[in-house]
Amino acid sequence: MFGSKRRFDIKSYPGFLPVTLLCLVILYAPLLVVTVYSFNASKSITIWEGMSLRWYVDVFVGPESEKFKVAAWNSFVIAIIAASVATTVATLAATGMIRAGKFKLRGLSFGLISLPLMVPEIVTAVATLIFFNAIAFERGLMTILLAHTAFCIPFAYLPISARMQGIEDSYEQAALDLYATKRQAFTKILLPLMAPGIISGFLLAFIVSLDDFIITNFVKGAGVETLPTAIFGAVKQGIKPNIMAISTMLLAVSIVMVTVSYFVSKSDNTK
Amino acid sequence: MNQDNIAINVQRAVKRYGTFTALKEISLSIYDNEFFTLLGPSGCGKTTLLRMIAGFEDVTEGAIQLFGQEIETLPPNKRPVNTVFQNYALFPHMSILDNVAFGLEMLGRSKSEARAKAGEMLELVQLSQFAKRKPSQLSGGQQQRVALARALAPQPKVLLLDEPLSALDLKLRKAMQIELKHLQRETGITFIFVTHDQEEALTMSDRIAVMSAGELQQLGSPRDIYEAPRNMFVADFIGETNLLEVSVDDIQNGRATCHLGGGHELTCNEVQGIGVGAKVHMSLRPERLFISEAAKETASLRGKVVENIFVGTDISTIVDLADGPNFIVRTSNSDRGNKRIFEPGSDVFVNMELGAARLLVD
Ligand SMILES: Nc1ncnc2c1ncn2[C@@H]1O[C@H](COP(=O)(O)OP(=O)(O)OP(=O)(O)O)[C@@H](O)[C@H]1O
Ligand SMILES: [Mg+2]
Repeated sequence: MFGSKRRFDIKSYPGFLPVTLLCLVILYAPLLVVTVYSFNASKSITIWEGMSLRWYVDVFVGPESEKFKVAAWNSFVIAIIAASVATTVATLAATGMIRAGKFKLRGLSFGLISLPLMVPEIVTAVATLIFFNAIAFERGLMTILLAHTAFCIPFAYLPISARMQGIEDSYEQAALDLYATKRQAFTKILLPLMAPGIISGFLLAFIVSLDDFIITNFVKGAGVETLPTAIFGAVKQGIKPNIMAISTMLLAVSIVMVTVSYFVSKSDNTK
Repeated sequence: MNQDNIAINVQRAVKRYGTFTALKEISLSIYDNEFFTLLGPSGCGKTTLLRMIAGFEDVTEGAIQLFGQEIETLPPNKRPVNTVFQNYALFPHMSILDNVAFGLEMLGRSKSEARAKAGEMLELVQLSQFAKRKPSQLSGGQQQRVALARALAPQPKVLLLDEPLSALDLKLRKAMQIELKHLQRETGITFIFVTHDQEEALTMSDRIAVMSAGELQQLGSPRDIYEAPRNMFVADFIGETNLLEVSVDDIQNGRATCHLGGGHELTCNEVQGIGVGAKVHMSLRPERLFISEAAKETASLRGKVVENIFVGTDISTIVDLADGPNFIVRTSNSDRGNKRIFEPGSDVFVNMELGAARLLVD
């Protein structure tokens, strides 16, 4: 704070530098390799033969382009719908949890909302599949959409509820005091104040849906692909550089979304 | 005052939170056009009572009437009562003008009409030039005035103010006290003002309700409360006072003779409910005492000066009574010409007019 000397300067701990570097390498080296080699002119995925956009062109016009286009379209449509529905549900849930005062099963409710984050995804995937089978729901795009909507809710819920907790009750009380109805107090005061949390929740849900592989792979119908399952399918027949190009584009979308989400959630319109 | 100009009538109102009783059978009437203050220490239930009037808390038992009409069943947005919140609660995402116009818009006025009226209100609190700003771009004092303008814009019958000045520095607070009092006179709206600052309450109010621990201790004009405190709590809470344990020896012709140990004797006015033999407390305001070298004919107590403390407008002298308690005597700096300041160690007499001492029902 004042001056540069802090009492617990983490940098002074022995081994700080090597541990940090190791973590960074493990986390980012693979991504870096994929990104760099997606611009490789060679057909090989290991030998660098110079800079080229060849594989990006291949993604859009190459032999597999049709497959990827459909998969990408599916992914985006599902992500947008699932994230929208999940965000709406999460907003209502947060309003209930944080604005409805103390109710009996509040602790349990919170647990139920956030538990899916801790359940191993494979378990959720199997359970979802069994569920759809049990009710004889035909697998296809719809099953993916429903599953995504469900597991996106806790992701959307976290930033939204965090935001709502930071908004004092007194704003809504002031609105009620100034003759607003409950609905007006919600739409004119609470909702605008929550907007950063809601946007951030939406983006997070969108990314989670866009990237999901395990659950999608279980519940999708035969022949229905999203981008991650299509990539997986292609990789099974050998890794080609065009996969790296797609992955890099997906990575770029994620980075943009996460960055926007971060800045939006940090922007504070209550100040 | 008659029944017709009672703005708010609180009848045996009780508020419980679970097993905890925050308000114990409060009954009081607040008159129309009055500057009424709820005064009491932290946690005594001032905010609770205010929130019950505003409609944010329900009344556990009893009733509250607004101009003769029961209001407990009305939600807050149906009560012609507006609140200035302690933290102002200005809508952060709206401009100052929109904040002030909000109430009128919710009442169904057109946007242009609401804004025109809001503009007038901002003029009243001298903030017209800030109409387009957001609340965060104003100072605390300015935000306070916006909150005031916002609450006044819909022309409520009653304005509730919950410690609106507590966040301001002393100078600004004094200025706002005067401004608030002016506004109240100008608008003729009933103000119910909450504070724990007794000086603020005395300065601003027409009447004060002193509360402690969920109970009404005394209700009266600032003068009543200061000069004729009903009990120990009120005497101690309002202003500075010397509280002495005395026993009543004799009562004759409305005068009570009391002794306070060490052979000291004092005569004061009789108080109903305190008879001969009673052991009670007596309150003596320091500014109503004076020190002299020789005994006076009125009540005089012998003692020794311990210390003189300079407190700006006054000098407080601590006098140790022979075989008795310590006394604080206050001498205004403005009449130092007439009254001597005695050095520590001087033998002196503490004197008072009859009526300066007051017996308290505990
Ligand atoms: N929601 C609640 N649940 C339980 N107890 C409460 C609640 N609100 C207030 N209380 C209690 O009621 C009592 C009165 O509270 P209140 O806020 O009215 O005090 P106050 O006089 O306004 O104090 P302050 O000057 O500190 O604002 C306090 O003891 C408080 O702890
Ligand atoms: Mg309070």
